Amino acid sequence: MEDMVHVDRAMSTEQDIKISAKGVQVHYADTHAIRDVDVDIDDKTVTAFIGPSGCGKSTFLRCINRMNDTIDIARVTGDIRIDGEDIYDPKVDPVQLRAKVGMVFQKPNPFPKSIYDNVAYGPKIHGLARNKADLDEIVEKSLRKAALWDEAKDRLTAPGTGLSGGQQQRLCIARAIATAPEVLLMDEPCSALDPIATAQVEELIDELRRSFSVVIVTHSMQQAARVSQKTAFFHLGNLVEYDDTDKIFTNPQDPRTESYISGRIG
Amino acid sequence: MQSLTTPLLLIFALAVIGYFLAKSRALHVAGGDIRTLVSLPNQHALNTALSTIVPPAAAVLLFALYARLTGGEPNWFFSLVILGLGVTGCALSLIGIKTDSRARTYAERWILGLLIFASSIAILTTIGIVFSMLFETFNFFGQYDWRDFFFSLSWSPNFRGNSDLGIIPLLWGTLYVSFIALLFAVPIGLFAAIYLSEYAGPRLRSIAKPAIEVLAGIPTIVYGLFALITVGPLLRDVFAEPMGLGQSASSVMTAGLVMGIMLIPFVSSLSDDIINAVPQAMRDGSLGLGATPSETIRQVVIPAALPGIVGAVLLAASRAIGETMIVVLGAGAAARLSLNPFEAMTTVTVKIVSQLTGDTDFASPETLVAFALGLTLFVITLGLNVFALYIVRKYREQYE
Ligand SMILES: Nc1ncnc2c1ncn2[C@@H]1O[C@H](COP(=O)(O)OP(=O)(O)OP(=O)(O)O)[C@@H](O)[C@H]1O
Ligand SMILES: [Mg+2]
Repeated sequence: MEDMVHVDRAMSTEQDIKISAKGVQVHYADTHAIRDVDVDIDDKTVTAFIGPSGCGKSTFLRCINRMNDTIDIARVTGDIRIDGEDIYDPKVDPVQLRAKVGMVFQKPNPFPKSIYDNVAYGPKIHGLARNKADLDEIVEKSLRKAALWDEAKDRLTAPGTGLSGGQQQRLCIARAIATAPEVLLMDEPCSALDPIATAQVEELIDELRRSFSVVIVTHSMQQAARVSQKTAFFHLGNLVEYDDTDKIFTNPQDPRTESYISGRIG
Repeated sequence: MQSLTTPLLLIFALAVIGYFLAKSRALHVAGGDIRTLVSLPNQHALNTALSTIVPPAAAVLLFALYARLTGGEPNWFFSLVILGLGVTGCALSLIGIKTDSRARTYAERWILGLLIFASSIAILTTIGIVFSMLFETFNFFGQYDWRDFFFSLSWSPNFRGNSDLGIIPLLWGTLYVSFIALLFAVPIGLFAAIYLSEYAGPRLRSIAKPAIEVLAGIPTIVYGLFALITVGPLLRDVFAEPMGLGQSASSVMTAGLVMGIMLIPFVSSLSDDIINAVPQAMRDGSLGLGATPSETIRQVVIPAALPGIVGAVLLAASRAIGETMIVVLGAGAAARLSLNPFEAMTTVTVKIVSQLTGDTDFASPETLVAFALGLTLFVITLGLNVFALYIVRKYREQYE
């Protein structure tokens, strides 16, 4: 217990900024989805994005690993830096960036491959394993962390698409952490999970915080309060309020934040 | 069948009248409130129309079959029978309209029957084709030893008798030409499809895709001329002669190359549609893990699209095996068993045509062999399709 307190204090004193966004705007053709968002995301911290459906949480998340590049009609302007480096600089290779900034998508999207190959996909591409035994170990560790190992260990060669929705979501989490990213972006990772698996994933997020920064989008206020240290509230494409999670939930400054967390807008 | 036109037209008119009669009668029975009806007026109307048309139509089909077998002619009695059937069907279903009658179920059954009929036509036709071929093939094997047909290495028909009718040189030509055609068409078509669906912008795509598909609209005889006049001499002058592989302008290579060009749009257009059908979320998942676009295509998109791509390739293969015109003009008509791709050869289909043209009687083995050749070809393409289905299904089981 004392250890924990110690760790927490150490964390709150040494707050490096991992991701820094300034004046970010996103347009989808004529839709202005993100309006002038400024935010600094700390290293070794869990940051929660909350806000009503369609307010631009996923869109902003996809800016951080340049997944919006794959949408033809999306246009991103503004400045986003990771470790001080502008990720929209023409010199930056989005492929390398995405290896560093992992992502779990809102809808589970396992590959039409075996469970094993799904998890081994990233490590194989990035040459993270020296041999088969290494790879086996990475796969097992990732599946364990994503709380899927017990269900999957006897059917590693079965197709990942044959799992249940919640299992697929955990498979996608395992797949993302297997590449050992520095930043993990999770878009509603628990939306299809039962309370037990949710608790396991939250435990994982807490553990990941030791080494990475984690950004999680969630519709559950309780989850945001449980796992995150910082919370950002989005509304209609604006970042309305961004502060320590405690403060957002106990003493929000903006009336819109207040009414959202108390359930009046959504 | 001339004399059946009038009764059939009458039946059709009766069905239209029955449709409206049934509708108004249903409304009348309902007494203004259609919620009291178990089936809606439209369903009653449909049931009446179908009950009027389907039985006479079925009777006409049966009669046509009977007439084909016995040589009978339609007469006034038969016209009366079909008219009677139509009137009875119409009247019975009109009388049957009550608030609680289940016209909906009956109408659904009529429609189901029509659908089943349509699908059985396709199957029955296949069976019919096989039987007509089978019959002549048996005739052929009555006159010519099947061992010689399947295992003899020489093809030299002689209309005065004493022919060598071995299928092997022809089959070899067919497979060799098709193989070369696929060797060109599959990689080029597939790469074109990948470029168009994964890399090209929407503007380029909207121009390039139709442009490639134009290739599919060119008649094969035009391809044949292209092979004869341009490709053949070119290949001979550039490759065959300098390398000492022969002086023939018509060659397996010529026909294969031109056929390959013809097949490109088959492969590319189908593969393109199939690749496009792979969900974007799949690509996002791979790109999001830091895979490059080409890694994503190789490891995620293509495997997901593979069953469809295999289907596209096998469709192209069937086209290649059945192609005749390009072979006649590009590869010649000489049956030969050789490995040299710059030599003239010929295929099964070409020989089927040449055995059946000219004035020959349909009793000698030299003409009947065409049916044996056709049946063999049919069995091969059938086997190919079954094999394709097997692969596709196996793959599906694994990945869906
Ligand atoms: N690919 C796209 N093309 C066009 N418009 C899009 C696209 N993706 C998102 N949008 C629009 O951008 C806005 C923000 O969408 P976004 O997906 O970021 O919302 P969200 O906050 O993640 O919502 P949810 O909680 O429902 O997931 C919405 O108005 C949406 O219609
Ligand atoms: Mg979202």
